[in-house]
Amino acid sequence: MSPRRTHTGGRIDRLKTIRFTFDGVAYTGHAGDTLASALLANGVTLFGRSFKYHRPRGLLTAGVEEPNALVTVLKGEVREPNIPATMVEIHDGLVAVSQNRFPSLAWDVNAVNQLGGKILSAGFYYKTFMGPVFGPLKGTRFWMFCEHFIRRAAGLGSAGSAKDPARYERMNAFCDVLVVGAGPAGLMAAKAAADQGARVMLADLEPRFGGSANWSDETIDGVPAADWARRTVAQFEGRDNIRLLPRTTVWGYYDNNTLAALERVSDHKEQPAKGEPRHRYWAIRAKSVVLATGAFERPLVFPGNDRPGVMLAHAAERYANEFGVLPGERIALFTNNDSAYRTAVALKKAGAAVVAIADVRPELSAEMRKLATEAEAEIFAGHAIVATEGGKALSGVKVQRFDMVTGALSGDARSIHADCLLMSGGWSPTIHLASQAGAKAEWNEALQAFLPPKPTQKWAGAGAFNGHFRTLEAILDGRNAGLSAVGATVTPMAYPSIESLPCDPSPAPVFEIRAKGKSFVDFQHDVTADDVRLAHREGFVSVEHLKRYTTLGMATDQGKSSNIPGLAIMAEALGKPIPEVGTTRFRPPFAPVSIGSLAAERFGDLKPDRLTPMHDWHVDNGATMYSAGLWYRPMIYGLAGETVEQAYVREAKATRESAGIVDVSTLGKIAVQGPDAAAFLDRVYTNMFSTLAVGKARYGLMLREDGFAFDDGTTWRLGEQDFLMTTTTANAGKVMQHLEYFLDVIWPELKVHVTSVTDEWAGAAIGGPKARQILAACVTGTAVDDATLPFMGIVRGEIADVPVMICRLSFSGEMAFEVYCGAGHGTHVWEALIEAGKPFGLVAYGLEALGTMRIEKGHVTGAEIDGRTTARDLHLDWMLSKKKPFIGSAMMDREGLIAADRLELVGLISLDNRPLNGGAHIVEEVDEANPHGSIGHITACCYSPALGKHIALALVKGGKARHGTRAHVSDPLRNRFGPVEIVSNHFYDPEGTRMHG
Amino acid sequence: MLITCPYCGPRDVIEFTYQGDGNRERPDPASQNFEAWNAYVYDRLNPAGDHNEIWQHSGGCRTHLRVVRNTLTHEISSVAFVRGDHASGARRKAEDRS
Amino acid sequence: MMAEYSAFSLLANALKGNKDWKPAWRKPDPKASYDVIIIGGGGHGLATAYYLAKEHGITNVAVLEKGWLGSGNVGRNTTAVRSNYLLPANTRFYEHSMKLWEGLSHELNYNVMFSQRGCLNLAHTPAQFDDYARRGNAMRHLGVDAELMTPAEIKRLVPALDISSDARFPVVGGLMQRRAGTARHDAVAWGYARGADRRGVDIIENCEVTGFLRDGDRITGVTTSRGDIRAKKVAIAVAGSTGRVMQLAGIETMPIESHVLQAFVTESLKPFIDTVVTFGMGHFYMSQSDKGGLVYGGDIDGYNSYAQRGNLPIVDEVMSEMLALFPGLARVRMLRSWGGVCDMSMDGSPIITAGPLPGMYLNCGWCYGGFKATPASGWCFAWTIAKDEPHDFNAPFTLDRFHRGLVIDDKGQGANPRLH
Repeated sequence: MSPRRTHTGGRIDRLKTIRFTFDGVAYTGHAGDTLASALLANGVTLFGRSFKYHRPRGLLTAGVEEPNALVTVLKGEVREPNIPATMVEIHDGLVAVSQNRFPSLAWDVNAVNQLGGKILSAGFYYKTFMGPVFGPLKGTRFWMFCEHFIRRAAGLGSAGSAKDPARYERMNAFCDVLVVGAGPAGLMAAKAAADQGARVMLADLEPRFGGSANWSDETIDGVPAADWARRTVAQFEGRDNIRLLPRTTVWGYYDNNTLAALERVSDHKEQPAKGEPRHRYWAIRAKSVVLATGAFERPLVFPGNDRPGVMLAHAAERYANEFGVLPGERIALFTNNDSAYRTAVALKKAGAAVVAIADVRPELSAEMRKLATEAEAEIFAGHAIVATEGGKALSGVKVQRFDMVTGALSGDARSIHADCLLMSGGWSPTIHLASQAGAKAEWNEALQAFLPPKPTQKWAGAGAFNGHFRTLEAILDGRNAGLSAVGATVTPMAYPSIESLPCDPSPAPVFEIRAKGKSFVDFQHDVTADDVRLAHREGFVSVEHLKRYTTLGMATDQGKSSNIPGLAIMAEALGKPIPEVGTTRFRPPFAPVSIGSLAAERFGDLKPDRLTPMHDWHVDNGATMYSAGLWYRPMIYGLAGETVEQAYVREAKATRESAGIVDVSTLGKIAVQGPDAAAFLDRVYTNMFSTLAVGKARYGLMLREDGFAFDDGTTWRLGEQDFLMTTTTANAGKVMQHLEYFLDVIWPELKVHVTSVTDEWAGAAIGGPKARQILAACVTGTAVDDATLPFMGIVRGEIADVPVMICRLSFSGEMAFEVYCGAGHGTHVWEALIEAGKPFGLVAYGLEALGTMRIEKGHVTGAEIDGRTTARDLHLDWMLSKKKPFIGSAMMDREGLIAADRLELVGLISLDNRPLNGGAHIVEEVDEANPHGSIGHITACCYSPALGKHIALALVKGGKARHGTRAHVSDPLRNRFGPVEIVSNHFYDPEGTRMHG
Repeated sequence: MLITCPYCGPRDVIEFTYQGDGNRERPDPASQNFEAWNAYVYDRLNPAGDHNEIWQHSGGCRTHLRVVRNTLTHEISSVAFVRGDHASGARRKAEDRS
Repeated sequence: MMAEYSAFSLLANALKGNKDWKPAWRKPDPKASYDVIIIGGGGHGLATAYYLAKEHGITNVAVLEKGWLGSGNVGRNTTAVRSNYLLPANTRFYEHSMKLWEGLSHELNYNVMFSQRGCLNLAHTPAQFDDYARRGNAMRHLGVDAELMTPAEIKRLVPALDISSDARFPVVGGLMQRRAGTARHDAVAWGYARGADRRGVDIIENCEVTGFLRDGDRITGVTTSRGDIRAKKVAIAVAGSTGRVMQLAGIETMPIESHVLQAFVTESLKPFIDTVVTFGMGHFYMSQSDKGGLVYGGDIDGYNSYAQRGNLPIVDEVMSEMLALFPGLARVRMLRSWGGVCDMSMDGSPIITAGPLPGMYLNCGWCYGGFKATPASGWCFAWTIAKDEPHDFNAPFTLDRFHRGLVIDDKGQGANPRLH
């Protein structure tokens, strides 16, 4: 066993040896170790490099607030950067590497940055790199040149691009009480609430519940605190009203007591169990919350306080008592409060030599002196550490007389040999979640800390979170909070008997020792006390300016240890009390959260796939599928060796020559039913529907309230009070909401019900000169001749024994029919149609051919109804009824909507016989070098087999008046320029003789 | 944020679609008062504090709700069906269930 | 004398222990009256003050900020700067802004770190690619740079991007504006503040406007938490709080809703992407700061809010979209999130105008676009205040355009502010 390892105690299992590597070196540790404790036990002191100066850094803490010891964990190609070594539980095969160093952690060339110290002070970026005003590096170029190198020097770990094969999971949970933090306060709160029968969730970010009880050396009711905690937790196990969430960080406090938590389910395992996610994201809706999140110990700010071997006092206590690791052999302490004396005793007991305790307070209580004696430590009351010595590991400290009122140092500095310096600058309650919930913290002068304020949401605090640092207070607090969280009366309880060392929680108001040398406030971002003073000098005095100008508190630890010292130094510079400088509002997350967990099941599966009932048939029959919103639709059914254009030209041609069939199941379909359905449609559509006969369909246009075109489609009158509305695929949801809004909010008196039936119907459109014959060959129960099924007529019948509804309407411009059947029978009916069509040369066609034929006909779709066009722009003004008001009718004639230079729908014919491009612009005169003078753009284009030309639909300024004139396409993006003729958008069969048959 | 739908109970905001200022009054369909139309379509109350707004429970019962919600704190002080007649019926239903 | 910022002054000051640096801007008490009061010490208000002084010689100006300077959206955005709009009114205005950005660090003697690393809009269907082509061509016809990129070119530029054909929304191409990029947001506020201050403008922090002084309809000044201040002209540049401030002037309704927009940053990483990337099948955009954090965001939460805090649905949505593009980021961690309050206008475009009351000037309705607009917004607003008429660049951005139907609706969503 390593010399740093104690022989007994702690949470580690000394019988289980774990093998892992760090920076390629093999180490061993024990089950229960963190990467930090295991490396510390192996004598490692150098863990990382700081952000700006690349200074060597060791462990500052033992927990989530660690700013220095960040590592990348590797799982094959998958990288997890910036993880505090204090939060990595080791397992066999763990591979971790250090970061932000080159070529190695021990020898980092960027450490040269330290030489630039005073120049690289706060805000230096803003004052330089503007570069020359002329020459090749003028403008932004010089900065971008410098930035290239700055970016490479900055940054911590590297992200990978390999897809993470791990699974992430999301859970929605509901409970009566969520207890955050499972120290003595949290355990008691959970117990009290659960005993009342409440549904309780108890979360703690550490693997083992107990919080400070795991390392405090206290006894509760006669047993070591850690055992007390274990027993308390054991009582919870097996109870069905309490869910225990170890390794779970509650990171967000959102509205209405919605809290977000991250459970690290299997990071600590070599292999997750079958089906086990890596992380589980909990969205917890709690009726009430108990915040028992404890407190963070603060560092002191003094020269050399960042040298590896300088650590927070309680962290050393944790390493010794919880992990059985001594952070050093000759330990010095530096404190402004009593809690470090407890640490001294604990480390002495664990086997270290405690060589000195420097305390800024000139007067020490007899109790503290007694503890120092117990630790066999020399006391330096009214002293401060003014320097640390050593390179990548601490070798000694300098202590000097210090006047805590004036901050003055006097007398000679004395060197003390030590390999570890522990510091304690007092404690800050972990009020982050309360702050996120909207509450503003209040300064407590005695504790020199911000305490949580009155709750703004339903939460109660307990223990150190409340500034109640004693275990007895925590236990009482916790019970009270647990009871009041469930609305139970708080009854007196028998006080537990607690044996603990004396400790006055009030620190001396000392945050910084001003002496020569770099004194770090924010360790990771290398923000020094001088940087804070420079910010003050330059007027960046509000706490937010301080943060933004110096980057104080912006590192991965989010200022958990640096906020208050930084604030205190600014307050001193301003000559104001700390609360007047203010505190920043904490925002989610409390600690960094894996992005994988937040995406959870949607990782790799962002949105649902919408497939039509005939999807498999399309795929089996050679369709190339096209993603349209969430839908997949056939683009072409290509034959071997065919290009996309060859395929759609073949399909369109075949349709116009014999017949084609296309899947139209994606069209939005809304059942509009009720006594007032017809009246409602008259208000919704610009044209009249109340006059529509039962058994007939009509093409309709809708406007938005603001008078612009919204959507179009056919609506079928199936009965007196029963309509089936179709919408464009893209707008199905929007139209549905539009209708519901008007029925619910504007016209509640109308007796109409709307139901989305898009997924209930399968639809196929079959068109072409042979279409009617094909239907006649397979439809039973009805005739399909012109008399029975006239244009826009509807009949019901059967195809292959399946009831169908057939409407004779045409998008392709051919004699065409839409056949609808129940979605479950879609493929059956489709195949029957295909079979019936075989003798007639029926082809299945895709979106490309559909688009081609609609362009030839000049029909509009979403590319033209783009939210900016009016009915007039699209030559649909014939549909604007003058007999009735309708949605948008009052607004459609405003000045901007009838201006002469509006974009209007036209057709274009390529005059150079070359293809046109979607998104190309139209100009009167081509200027390839300096394109300008756009008068419009192409919305859709194709090669028209019917015309034998490349054609397009376009929106062109004053387009109608330009029919018969020449213009040019101007597509500088694709270098396509050329002449076009502007024509009517109705290219093909404008009289509609083919579809009327 | 949770909205307590009178029909479905408390549900996460993700189930709802915001339909904006609930104070707007749509003019009579045949009205030629363009000022009133413009105000209805374009002008919004936007208070810092309690706001009367319309939400649709689009991921639930799809009814529209009149919600009074504080825009500074997101606290909701009342939720009711926009459609008055419907409301009484549905409320009864909700009570029956509880 | 104001210290000029340069590598030499840095060195000289460093040698003196950095003791001689002066405040970036003074902290004056308000005077009894000014020629112009600008309400709002954010990017737009400060830029307006700067250009009033620099372009129009109007220096008897006060900028009133209720909190700390730059506490609004100038310090809460995702720092993208671009002029890749569809409609000419927007493109012209944002391109003017772009040109000002290109010279801004020199002009202000303050490095705002404008990095022209490009902005790439990904297209995921051929139809969307055509839409981007339309937009890019619109830009090119107004002299703005734009180019289309193939998936292979995109992969070379952004190797971490998933362009595989089995992605849920495969990348079929993209629209690139090379001159677009990012800037250091806070520095923009500080640089303009310093520039305005040295031209004599009083920047007054912690001074909340509580009401307007009026002579009949005419605005003649403001009441504030630091006393009454009179002015010939009172300009409002408080995007996010426009509703509140207009209500102080008795204007109850506006074509604006205030919405909360969340933004996110990851922990610091070594260079991961070198450009700004936007997703086409949802709302997601991301770039990397010089410090190494991935800065990203998505949609607004979608309800009126002045709370500067959002909720989980958008958090989850944004992260899902992020991983759809960059599956390697699953183990990277979100470090911080925050919320800003946006003026969502009825057509997605801003308002820069004289009025609506005599003596009042209004700058608002920036939706998502406010940060990149900062220089041009200040420049045009200063022009409008100085000359009592709009410049050509902001002439379309009137308040009455909605009622007149002259909307500038880049997204085609109509009068539904949450969809712009």
